[in-house]
Amino acid sequence: MKPEDRVEGRHPMEEFLRMDRMPHIWCSGCGIGIVVTSFIEALQKSGLDPNKVCVCSGIGCTGRVAGYVKLDSFHTTHGRPVPFATGLKLANPELKVVVFSGDGDIVGIGGNHFIHAARRNMDIVVICVNNFNYAMTGGQVAATTPIGANLSTAPYGNFEYPFNLPYLAEACGATYVARWTCLHIRRVTKSIQEALQKRGFSFIEVITPCVTLYARRNRLGDGLNLLRYYYENSEIRHGADTRTLDIGYQGKIIVGKFVDIEKPTFLDCMNNHLRKVLGDKYQPWGVKS
Amino acid sequence: MIYFGELKEKKGIVNIIKDRCKGCSFCVEYCPRDVLEMSEEFNVKGYHPPRVINPDNCCYCQLCEAICPEFAIFVTLREEEEREREKEISRP
Amino acid sequence: MNVRKKSADPKGVLTGVHYLDGDYAIAEGALAAGCRFFAGYPITPSTETAERFAERIPMVGGVFIQMEDEIASVAALIGASWAGLKAMTVTSGPGFSLMMENIGLACMMEVPIVIADVQRGGPSTGLPTLTGQGDMQQVKWGSHGDYEIIALSPDSPQECFDLTIKAFNLSEMFRVPVFIMTDECVGHMHEKVVIPPAEEIEIVERKWYEGPKDKYLPYKPDVDLVPFMVKAGDGYRFHTTGLTHDERGYPVINAECQDWCVRHLCDKIRLNADKIIEYKEDETDNAEIVVVSYGITSRVAWKAIQDARKAGIKVGSLRLITIWPFPDKRIEELAGKIKAFVVPEINLGQIKREVERAAKGKVPVYPVSHCGGWVHNPDNILKVIKEAAK
Ligand code: SF4
Ligand code: SF4
Ligand code: SF4
Repeated sequence: MKPEDRVEGRHPMEEFLRMDRMPHIWCSGCGIGIVVTSFIEALQKSGLDPNKVCVCSGIGCTGRVAGYVKLDSFHTTHGRPVPFATGLKLANPELKVVVFSGDGDIVGIGGNHFIHAARRNMDIVVICVNNFNYAMTGGQVAATTPIGANLSTAPYGNFEYPFNLPYLAEACGATYVARWTCLHIRRVTKSIQEALQKRGFSFIEVITPCVTLYARRNRLGDGLNLLRYYYENSEIRHGADTRTLDIGYQGKIIVGKFVDIEKPTFLDCMNNHLRKVLGDKYQPWGVKS
Repeated sequence: MIYFGELKEKKGIVNIIKDRCKGCSFCVEYCPRDVLEMSEEFNVKGYHPPRVINPDNCCYCQLCEAICPEFAIFVTLREEEEREREKEISRP
Repeated sequence: MNVRKKSADPKGVLTGVHYLDGDYAIAEGALAAGCRFFAGYPITPSTETAERFAERIPMVGGVFIQMEDEIASVAALIGASWAGLKAMTVTSGPGFSLMMENIGLACMMEVPIVIADVQRGGPSTGLPTLTGQGDMQQVKWGSHGDYEIIALSPDSPQECFDLTIKAFNLSEMFRVPVFIMTDECVGHMHEKVVIPPAEEIEIVERKWYEGPKDKYLPYKPDVDLVPFMVKAGDGYRFHTTGLTHDERGYPVINAECQDWCVRHLCDKIRLNADKIIEYKEDETDNAEIVVVSYGITSRVAWKAIQDARKAGIKVGSLRLITIWPFPDKRIEELAGKIKAFVVPEINLGQIKREVERAAKGKVPVYPVSHCGGWVHNPDNILKVIKEAAK
């Protein structure tokens, strides 16, 4: 937004927010709102027509994002925003489809959908807010919980190996993979903008504080304390080998852009292949003539 | 002294939508110019919103705006600054 | 009803006389109805529909995608439907169970989609290759909470074709998932299927909203109770959710809104039931016994009915085309005039319960049940008709 378009009393992002639904449900000190701000900023900078941008969320704290952004927005079932987005995108390839959801949703219950959408190189953007636990249901252990962290269903501490999400995404075929903490506001914005302007399966993990459950249960203080932890313990290492990106409890967080490659999307492959095999009989899909 | 040519620091005006604030104090902590501090007053939700203590320090960096999870704070450019800048640019 | 009709898009219509199995006929019905999106997961005995669609769609123009599971399939259908396409999937047995989560979402979001269930013996993996009719209650109640859907039951490949078109039309008309409840026998049975010219096929268009953009409310019921729809990308910037919501589609978590929202989902089908329900009757006017049947079982029952008539018993036939909403009214009327109902089906009395409920205890209802694997021996149905006539 240009400086002269800013007016007093009206937040410059209001055009992209459902103000009739504010305040949002997120706790004081929760980081999800920061990621939404970054997303809107990125959307504004991307130059995309907002009428052609859809947001799909699943269930959970981050799942509520779809309800607050003023775009065509779909609050779907738990773990299913990725296949929902797949349907939207394939049915109307003109749309830019963004999945905005949490770690439990995308790689917990929705893990199978995630890996297959990445494998197919489905042309969608996945923003995964990782708060290390199932927050909406009261702070249960998740597929991303660092070993040793205490959660309501891991009352003696977690002993399961967590996922390393960038590694998972890259291994499955994602063409864009980045990880940031929500404190890296400008970097998150830039990554989202790059992803929005890219064709292919893009994955951005954003680590955010869950103050009410994860931080409180582990006596880590409030939102600020967690932001300070990110500040002190995150290290930017662009292009790092994604196998080295595990996160230990209150340990170092390697952030950066790890993958940014080009390869034909699902629809490119479908159109190219079928045209080759079927010749003129084939009716291409989603190709502007 | 370092010469920055015609580059001039921007000045911002902080807008706080008090009743939207949830008092996380992120804006106060991360403002590079110590423009803000948490106030003692309560908003409708019972949180302490920030208040501006050093208005002239604001450099329009928009960090407070970017880090606020509640869309409760933003900055506008000081108009006299803008006009002045235009004048400067039109100088031969 | 606020219904706009047009004739079928000739691109998808394979006009002519064909020799097809029921599964293929469903795929052809879908293409004729204008379905251009299919997301599915293979499962016996329904896979042939997916295969046929995958083979045909590249020349028609549309998308076939094999998803990672049935949960994803229905999620993709809902997404595609919001993008404006007619979308369908097929499944059987355990696949149908996996779909239930997002069937609930489709009901809650009021999205037109079509799902064919080619039934096999259950529960669990059951009889993957052999027939059954055991999903007749699951289709109505399988997702959680109160909701209404529409389910149709074809008894031949020709009806598979015809009812698939009808399923799409009803789905668009009522913004609701519609099910084609067929079974392994009909699915794998080859028969003559006549596909008429495109201009003879009537297609119902979606109820597109045409008013001012800022006035659009995705869940404001129209006079026929069905809200208008828009599609993603058209600038309405609407919101939709699986949560209990108000007319704007915004979540409202309280008892009043729950009552409004859920009653609306049910009422739009219940109060329009007369416009939906279809059945075929034969000699019910002065019948003493009425055989209520559907799908493949009605073809077997037909032999038993004829044999019973030869033996001098006045038997009528009520063949259900629409299973849900259930034709309560007609059953109750008949119950006042006859001696008994006989309900043969390949399950342990799922539709018999409904007949009993609708008959309100006026007359006895005799089940002819078996658990699946093959169709009835008509003699077993005849035996029960005779017993009921005593
Ligand atoms: S429970 Fe945790 S993740 Fe959820 S809104 Fe509160 S702080 Fe954020
Ligand atoms: S714009 Fe920058 S300097 Fe001004 S109050 Fe905000 S953070 Fe501080
Ligand atoms: S960052 Fe926003 S919510 Fe937090 S204290 Fe500042 S204005 Fe209030």
